[in-house]
Amino acid sequence: MKNGGILKKAFKKTVPVLIGYLFLGFSFGVLLTASGFDFWYAPLMSVTLYAGSMQFVAIELMLGAFNLVNAAVMTLLVNARHLFYGLSLIEKYKGTGLYKIYLMFGLTDETYALISSLEEPKGKETTRLMFFITLFDHIYWILGGVLGAAVGTLFSFPSEGLEFTMTALFLIIFVEQWEASETHVPAISGIAVTLACLLLFGTEFFLIAAMVVLLAFLAAMRKKLEPKEAALPPETLGKTPENGGGGEK
Amino acid sequence: MTTAQLLLTLLVVAAVTFLTRSLAFVAFGGKTVPKFVKYLGYVLPTAIIGMLVVYCFKDTKILEYPYALPELIAAAAVIALHKWKHNLLLSMLAGTALYMALVQLVFV
Repeated sequence: MKNGGILKKAFKKTVPVLIGYLFLGFSFGVLLTASGFDFWYAPLMSVTLYAGSMQFVAIELMLGAFNLVNAAVMTLLVNARHLFYGLSLIEKYKGTGLYKIYLMFGLTDETYALISSLEEPKGKETTRLMFFITLFDHIYWILGGVLGAAVGTLFSFPSEGLEFTMTALFLIIFVEQWEASETHVPAISGIAVTLACLLLFGTEFFLIAAMVVLLAFLAAMRKKLEPKEAALPPETLGKTPENGGGGEK
Repeated sequence: MTTAQLLLTLLVVAAVTFLTRSLAFVAFGGKTVPKFVKYLGYVLPTAIIGMLVVYCFKDTKILEYPYALPELIAAAAVIALHKWKHNLLLSMLAGTALYMALVQLVFV
């Protein structure tokens, strides 16, 4: 396939993300400028961070006091799900050479969904297809953010309550994960444990506390919650779980 | 924060984001993924989103007027609308508009 064919194919695959990213990016840009930041932060953040929900949280961080450790921990918590996206794409990204750096960088929720559902055979063409899918999504996201920041800079409007976009976004992801999972124990424990930690430890330390408690709780519940062997991908079968990592005691 | 501090913060956020996205490839690129890690990949993301939902409400005051009513009403609307239509844009736009109307016009 010529490059043009690959471009066309990548564009077709990313059309569902196009509208979503334009809109979400737009909300980000408006919220950013309504929070008092200069226009140029929008392209800067959308190009270098390129992370939907994290960019909303980043605005909160930017409004707070200067604290790099807090920024790192928040980023780790918000993006922790990405640690696991990579697991299912290890095979697909093998042998993609230098493209791999950008493919990993651009692994947002939506790009992950598109790429993990690709059924093309491995090879140079597929590598380029995955690259352009990632690039197109990235471009939509930047475009949305820049448009939003431009509108937010040019027009002023009563923006009180606009920050609810972030809450709505997380609620929507929560609903979608709820509907997709067989067990609701992780979802409920996530809410319950965090709420308890918020009451016990206050707004400054509750996330770390909640993360520790959640990890311990989920590790203890492993026997109950882990799907049966048959449900796991074949490459994990036949391996002993003894070296299965710390924290399960 | 000064501009330099803002840029430094964004640099840290960008670096950690890239780290979370690349770690699986670096750590398990040539090896079998331990079962415990697979299990965490199955349960942890949902639990963390639950955690982040609570995080969004961390500054909501429930003991003074308006007793978290705008948050509760708007959140219920987002959940109901999303369960009904499954349209990310619609749920987000309507939920945010409702919340803004509640805090600016109703519970003033």
